[in-house]
Amino acid sequence: MADPMRIRAALAGDETTVRVLMSHPMEPGTRKDAAGALIPAHFIKDVEATSAGKTVLKAMFSGSVSQNPFLSFKFKGGAKGDKVVVKWTDSKGDSRTDEAAIA
Amino acid sequence: KDVLAGKPGAGQAMYDLPKFGNVSFLHFTDCHAQLMPIYFREPNVNLGVAEAVGRPPHIVGESLLKHFKIRPGTPEAHAFTYLNFESAAKTYGKVGGFAHLATLIKQMRASRPYAMLLDGGDTWQGSATALWTNGQDMVDACKLLGVNAMCPHWEFTLGEKRVQEIVEKDFAGKLDFLAQNVKTNDFGDPVFKPYVIKEMNGVPVAVIGQAFPYTPIANPGYMVSNWTFGIQDENMQKMVDEARSKGAQAVVVISHNGMDVDIKMASRVTGIDAILGGHTHDGMPAPIVVKNAKGQTLVTNAGSNSKFLGVLDFDVRGGKVQDFRYKLLPVFANLLPADTEMQTYIDKVRAPYKAKLDEKLAVSEGLLYRRGNFNGSWDQLIVDALMEVKGADMAFSPGFRWGTTILPGQAITRELMMDQVAITYPTSTLTEMSGETIKTVLEDVCDNLFNPDPYYQQGGDMVRVGGLAYTCDPKAGSGKRISNMMLKGKTIEAGKTYKVAGWAPVAEGAKGEPIWDVMETYFKSHKTITTRKLNTPKVEGMQGNPGIAA
Amino acid sequence: QAQAAVDHASFQVKTLEDALKAIGGTAAASDQVSVVSPDIAENGAVVPVGATSKLPNTTEMYLIVEKNPTPLSCAFMIPAGTAADVQTRLKMGQSTNVVAVVKADGKLFSASKETKVTLGGCGG
Ligand SMILES: [Mn+2]
Ligand SMILES: [Mn+2]
Repeated sequence: MADPMRIRAALAGDETTVRVLMSHPMEPGTRKDAAGALIPAHFIKDVEATSAGKTVLKAMFSGSVSQNPFLSFKFKGGAKGDKVVVKWTDSKGDSRTDEAAIA
Repeated sequence: KDVLAGKPGAGQAMYDLPKFGNVSFLHFTDCHAQLMPIYFREPNVNLGVAEAVGRPPHIVGESLLKHFKIRPGTPEAHAFTYLNFESAAKTYGKVGGFAHLATLIKQMRASRPYAMLLDGGDTWQGSATALWTNGQDMVDACKLLGVNAMCPHWEFTLGEKRVQEIVEKDFAGKLDFLAQNVKTNDFGDPVFKPYVIKEMNGVPVAVIGQAFPYTPIANPGYMVSNWTFGIQDENMQKMVDEARSKGAQAVVVISHNGMDVDIKMASRVTGIDAILGGHTHDGMPAPIVVKNAKGQTLVTNAGSNSKFLGVLDFDVRGGKVQDFRYKLLPVFANLLPADTEMQTYIDKVRAPYKAKLDEKLAVSEGLLYRRGNFNGSWDQLIVDALMEVKGADMAFSPGFRWGTTILPGQAITRELMMDQVAITYPTSTLTEMSGETIKTVLEDVCDNLFNPDPYYQQGGDMVRVGGLAYTCDPKAGSGKRISNMMLKGKTIEAGKTYKVAGWAPVAEGAKGEPIWDVMETYFKSHKTITTRKLNTPKVEGMQGNPGIAA
Repeated sequence: QAQAAVDHASFQVKTLEDALKAIGGTAAASDQVSVVSPDIAENGAVVPVGATSKLPNTTEMYLIVEKNPTPLSCAFMIPAGTAADVQTRLKMGQSTNVVAVVKADGKLFSASKETKVTLGGCGG
């Protein structure tokens, strides 16, 4: 099981800024190990963020997104205390969901 | 022998600077931990490309004197140029030294008691004692000098923890360590205070700090692995606007961008009255006035090695800067008596190391200096030593701009050697490199020096090479500036491997003895260091460029 | 609900041209689109890259690293109410142009910026 995400969601004016740090190796599948063998691909492919039952962002990643991916976006209509829920799914079919309250 | 010192009051005219206006800043930068007076030769090659051709700081020698209307043969001409360096250095004596700088600062503060003293960084590195005390000798010297605020670069090569320890323990409540462009790697939170607002004669003024934007690239990134840097124009604008909204009527930036980057930043960010710059070690007698969308910004650069003190006076009335005066004063040790308190401190902090510092390792027959775009005789000596001691075909030495100068006949003491090599990642290396890799390395560094857009430059000089001859065309595009690479008369082959010695690796894990051991080994077998023959590239396309002189 | 034009197979294409094709064809350069990417990368493995669009009804945003073996790096679907302003961190093996492509009102627009990846060393 992957480590939890670190999520910050902060409201300023009418806009909520969400910043997410996911924990993932993001192996692109093109690198070789010390013995010269190809390291199999293992990376987050899909990310979806929802708040108050509504999708606020969807993203598709390739293996060229950095290890432990970072994501930042902004949306309107959030209120303090609302939850922002982030879910990722990786190339092996594993997934993880974490949430944070808007501060 | 010291002509000037022989004339009572000779220094008075030079340092007689009547106060102007109601807001003043005293600025020194890139002292590189030089507590003692030293010799320092300014460069005879400081090429500008694209928009920077012939624009300060890219003018040297006679061209510089002409541009700034400085009479040849004067102490100022000696301070600002390499001209007749050996004889002029004997005439005018050593420059800098914190005890002499302290006297000058006190003199300026006598007429401007409200002045802020600003340090542009590269303060905790550059000498043996700074290295051996982990920067502590300089930290305490700056507090004694009365520095109010500083911005950093080489400070970071003491590592994140040590920097934070100094900021939190030594500097707390005394000295502001400012850097608007250093953020944490995870969520981008500010690591240091971005600016400080102080009052002078009832006028609120803001000082914003700008750290060297490319610290994790130019120096080992692993030493600052939790932090991210960059120029951060947008955040700079935000900080200026924020300071103004809090009432600041004058805004200055202490910057470690390097002068070309400062000039570009001044054209993009509005609301800054002056950028007091460093990093590129350009002793510029007058500011450049840069126009931007909402007004103008002065850009200065105050040289290196505690050789200069910049004095900026503002007349602030009606909520804004109406007029200014600026002077970059050379610190001639013979004209400014040592400040007793500072000298006592310096003697005390050096005492435990005195014997080690003073040990004579060799004598130099020729002038040894470092600064210049392509090579200096000190660097030549380093690459010569690297090749001989490590048995290499060629050697690389980084284009550092710090390092003091040795006059012909002067002894090379351990202290003077350490002035060239005192860093926290001193490992010397011996690597097998293909001809192709060698070309890639030279092209990479060359682009960091001559990219037409200053934001893509890093502000160092070209890597110094021993053994390898090449041609350099600064105006050519990225990856196309280096040609005709030859070793002992034979063309370098892309697929062939060569033994290359070097030092100061920025990657983690390199193995080898520290560079000072290499130098000492060399000095043991060459007690007398003959005048060095400089290995410099054939430079193309620079005819008529006032940034190069013979 | 915005749905991406691309599928995961698009992320395997090897050239900028094919990446643009996968997104839906030629994008017009626009000063309303901007790429946030450093002039010089501090660490090629972790380069902060983002894009913003001032074009109304921006529904999709793509980040392409031209010189990467598989240039198309990520796609963002922007629902109504979410700003066309996203940031992430990407790998870059060498100096390259970073291209942002956005879809606004069904049409494609782009902007690009050069990021230098350097070996490092030296300094004043
Ligand atoms: Mn510096
Ligand atoms: Mn410096």
